[in-house]
Amino acid sequence: MVDWDWQVFCKDTIDGNIVPGCFGRSGDITYLDWLLSAWGWTLSVSALALLVALALGSLMGILRTTPNRWLVLLGNAWTELFRNVPLLVQIFLWYHVVPALIPPLRDVPSFILVVMGLGLFTSARISEQVRAGIQSLAGGQRMAGLAMGFTLPQTYRHVLLPMAYRIIIPPLTSESMNIIKNSSVAFAVSISELTLFALQVQEETSRGVEVYLAVTGLYFFSAFAINRLALFIENRVRVPGMIGGGGH
Amino acid sequence: MLDLDFAFFTPEVISGYLVKGFIFSIQLTLVAMAGGIVLGTVLALMRLSGKPWLVMPAAAYVNTMRSVPLVMVILWFFLLIPMVIGRPLGAEISAMITFTLFEAAYYSEIMRAGIQSIPRGQVAASYALGMNYQQTMGLIVLPQAFRNMLPILLTQTIILFQDTSLVYAIGAYDLLKGFEIAGKNFNRPIETYLVAAVLYFIISFSLSILVRKLQQRIAIVR
Repeated sequence: MVDWDWQVFCKDTIDGNIVPGCFGRSGDITYLDWLLSAWGWTLSVSALALLVALALGSLMGILRTTPNRWLVLLGNAWTELFRNVPLLVQIFLWYHVVPALIPPLRDVPSFILVVMGLGLFTSARISEQVRAGIQSLAGGQRMAGLAMGFTLPQTYRHVLLPMAYRIIIPPLTSESMNIIKNSSVAFAVSISELTLFALQVQEETSRGVEVYLAVTGLYFFSAFAINRLALFIENRVRVPGMIGGGGH
Repeated sequence: MLDLDFAFFTPEVISGYLVKGFIFSIQLTLVAMAGGIVLGTVLALMRLSGKPWLVMPAAAYVNTMRSVPLVMVILWFFLLIPMVIGRPLGAEISAMITFTLFEAAYYSEIMRAGIQSIPRGQVAASYALGMNYQQTMGLIVLPQAFRNMLPILLTQTIILFQDTSLVYAIGAYDLLKGFEIAGKNFNRPIETYLVAAVLYFIISFSLSILVRKLQQRIAIVR
């Protein structure tokens, strides 16, 4: 039924000739080179967006559990705002609207804008998980921390957060895997990542199945690698005798 | 500073560009929800059947769908469906098939949790009363599972509604596309993207408030 042609990846992207060894030399690039660079873009967008999302999501999640009504409101508003607008629309806002509204951002590369878009979108989900993690702790822990003379920030730093983060490692893992999948939306603003590679190379070479298989395989592999890494972290930071205790 | 001008959002523009896209987005959401829940329930029943020849394909299907970015799934189907049926298929129909099959994987995980939330004693009781598998599932387990999971199924549907914007990848005419074309034709992309974001927000946010209300009502009854 299907006649495979995996040599498509060894072709030069300009003249279409098959290059021996599959990697382009002296400035020429093959589709394999391009695929690997696209994978690099996917990983970079995802990794940086994850950093943004973890930082802002943690902050907003923590704010939502503070006793201050206004901080809670701020955290809630943030979460609802970034959760209820489709990711693609948010990416378009960052790419088309934000630089127009804030002139100094005009020279910022679109890569950074996409990282911000994906990061803020994901921060809303992470804020939900951080809030749930903190609220899942027994209320006495906060009171005990405060009664020991810790200030509120110290209570969070030394009592609540260390346990809360351990509890939410599994949902944070799936969110990290989601970020790899969601980074595919960056194709819409011409970031040269895997999905854009798939779209363009499918058109150039008409070997859609091979190209899509390679791209899908790399998405699989990336998400799987994150999954393993998270398991490793989860095991390393486990508090003996507390929550979890294996089962993997 | 930038001057925004929303004056071009006349009724003609709205009916000419946006209504068509809006109707398609809603259609796509409803079709994928209905089809996805039915197919998802079947997949969930397969996974819980305990028969390896049913469990394995269902698990493989669900895990595959859930590991691939939706955009790639959309592209895959847009590429494969014409190869299989031998003629090109419109982006709109292709999107409906794709979303139904894709969302089925997510709905099936929800239904699986719902079915597992029903105490095993109920299944044993209905078998003891002489009911067969079909009657047990259809009359005892699924109605309760469905009811327990209704808020989560609806939340997934809100996510589905937001995800319909990804048909951008194959150029189907949905709500976002309507905004984009209007923005290009009137040279007002900034305003149109802003209004699009506000509209998506209003729809998703009010739906999620409704779901929360429903959740409270169901929680009281139980």
